[in-house]
Amino acid sequence: MVAAMERLKGLFPAIDRTGGGEKKKERNIGLWALFHKEMADHIRSRRFLLILTLVAVSGFASLYGALESITGGADSDFVFLQLFTASGSSIPSFASFIALLGPFVGLTLGFDAVNSERSGGTLNRLLSQPIYRDSVINGKFLAGAVIIFTMVLTMGGLVGALGLIVIGIPPSAEEIGRILVFLLFTGVYICFWLGLSILFSVLCRHAATSALAVIACWLFFTIFLSMLAGIVAAALFPVNGGWEGLFNLMDNYKCELYLNRFSPYYLYGEAVTTILNPGVRTIGIVTNAQLEGAVAGYLPFGQSLLLVWPHLTGMCAMTLAAFVLSYVKFMRQEIRSN
Amino acid sequence: MAEARKTMIEIKGLTKRYGEKTAVDNLELSVSKGEIFGLLGPNGAGKTTTTLMLTGLTEPTEGTAFIDGKDCVRETMEVKRTVGYMPDNVGFYNDMTGRENLRFTAALNGLPEREADERIERLLLRTGLSEAGDQKVGTYSRGMRQRLGVADVLIKDPEVIIMDEPTLGIDPEGMRELLELIREMAKKENRTILISSHQLYQIQQICDRVGLFVEGRLVACGTVEDLAEQTREDSRYLTELCVTPADDRFRDILKALDGVCSVGREGRRYMVGSEKDISNLLAEAALKNGYSLVSLRPCGNDLDEIYRRYFEKAGHENGSSNGKIKRFISRNR
Repeated sequence: MVAAMERLKGLFPAIDRTGGGEKKKERNIGLWALFHKEMADHIRSRRFLLILTLVAVSGFASLYGALESITGGADSDFVFLQLFTASGSSIPSFASFIALLGPFVGLTLGFDAVNSERSGGTLNRLLSQPIYRDSVINGKFLAGAVIIFTMVLTMGGLVGALGLIVIGIPPSAEEIGRILVFLLFTGVYICFWLGLSILFSVLCRHAATSALAVIACWLFFTIFLSMLAGIVAAALFPVNGGWEGLFNLMDNYKCELYLNRFSPYYLYGEAVTTILNPGVRTIGIVTNAQLEGAVAGYLPFGQSLLLVWPHLTGMCAMTLAAFVLSYVKFMRQEIRSN
Repeated sequence: MAEARKTMIEIKGLTKRYGEKTAVDNLELSVSKGEIFGLLGPNGAGKTTTTLMLTGLTEPTEGTAFIDGKDCVRETMEVKRTVGYMPDNVGFYNDMTGRENLRFTAALNGLPEREADERIERLLLRTGLSEAGDQKVGTYSRGMRQRLGVADVLIKDPEVIIMDEPTLGIDPEGMRELLELIREMAKKENRTILISSHQLYQIQQICDRVGLFVEGRLVACGTVEDLAEQTREDSRYLTELCVTPADDRFRDILKALDGVCSVGREGRRYMVGSEKDISNLLAEAALKNGYSLVSLRPCGNDLDEIYRRYFEKAGHENGSSNGKIKRFISRNR
């Protein structure tokens, strides 16, 4: 999020600057016009309102569940963080709701980004205006990303504020930091899905096809990859064969874990659990020998951050990869609609 | 006329290949300022590809094109600022109003807001969309969309306008208005206009020059009259004559006229082939012999004819619908 804000700040002065940065100013006109239009489109579109309502409702439902379990027995030092991680009797936590629904937000914002322009015949009209070609895809991604971050921050703030009113325990600085990092993760996670859906919108001619493709990816990553990982790990390192199985145990677990981490869903889940729960001390495999003599306590914020740093890098890389692929594809694509 | 005019569009050896297929083959063309040039050809002849290359939306495989002295491949931004492009099936954002669509185009061109609003107002008035300006484009009829397309092109006040099939699918009244608008843009405001189309009749009405485009090659180029002259076979004139009552006697009368080489009849229509233009003679003959003249039309001077003949030359089978006319005419030669 910080990076994104910086990027935005870096881009904004270029508009205001007159005189000296003439060339730079010209360069950005198209991008910003498009960016504004896309933002307006997203905010006004019924589709987005629908998904926003869905996210809001599920957010508040999870908050309700969390409050229920917190008031039931507050045993932790980090009560405020539990607002996001605790789950009620039947309602999943805010974090897991977002992990599940986040992809849909990205999907809604991006699945018809390019192909609807193409099929509507607006793409060639748009590109015949004095703008660079990449402005189109940059503007679309940027507008989507800004919407996502705004939404995520707002939701996080809202849940935090409501929780604060109800439980009445103010968050510590560390808790606020952890929550901000969590929200950053969420933003990047949803941006990955935005990038993926834009990629499919470049690749597929029809909006329906690209939407289905993204949904297929979502299903694969959230449900099937974990099954697949289990199967592959079991095939490579069988654990139910006596002595051999005992030796394979470690490899089997590692293999499954690494395969699972291909999924942004798993990656996000792991990172968020670590960052929101100071009790999580490690995310890899730990032997009893390693645990011996360890002092049971909470991990400091910096150490938690260190644990999830690779996750953040990985997710950013995935997002960038999806975006770059769609960028390259879009730049090389023929404009002709038919 | 020619000496004072500046060349606005200059195309040199422009070629575009899609894999094996050559869409545009070594195109040479120049259009001067204030001229309306019609690019004619059947579907898939490479017209749209040419217009896309001119606007820098597609890169040519070979050759160059210059618009107002700017390279269409290297200086695309400059070119896009000079050229207004109206694609075929021009599309707008359906959930925005006509005015909002135009405002977006103005913003893309970096026009200051107030200037843009003034210009939009003027253009909406001019294209007759003032009242519909605040309706969603989704509710527009095809003709209205087309007119909005013209307004959209004019927002950036371009010197060169490229239109791809602007007359497709509009009713006659809308067509008349659109053509009037196009003519006005060229003649009053001295803009250069390149129109690609396969609707020959409309093009003939407004274009100063036309180019015939077959399989990516420009097979002929010039004014409509020039082309008619070029394609006239055996240096013969062909006149279509319609009279009542129609009978074979009239045919004989026509045959006996001075300069007439051949006469063919189909129903009330007589096709007269002659060495020179004998329209007056034919009319006189009809009236003198007590026939009332219904119509008299020199054939082969309109684009349809020219077009067809070029196709015959190129060895094309030009669809079955024209087969009948073709047979009819060749019988009379």
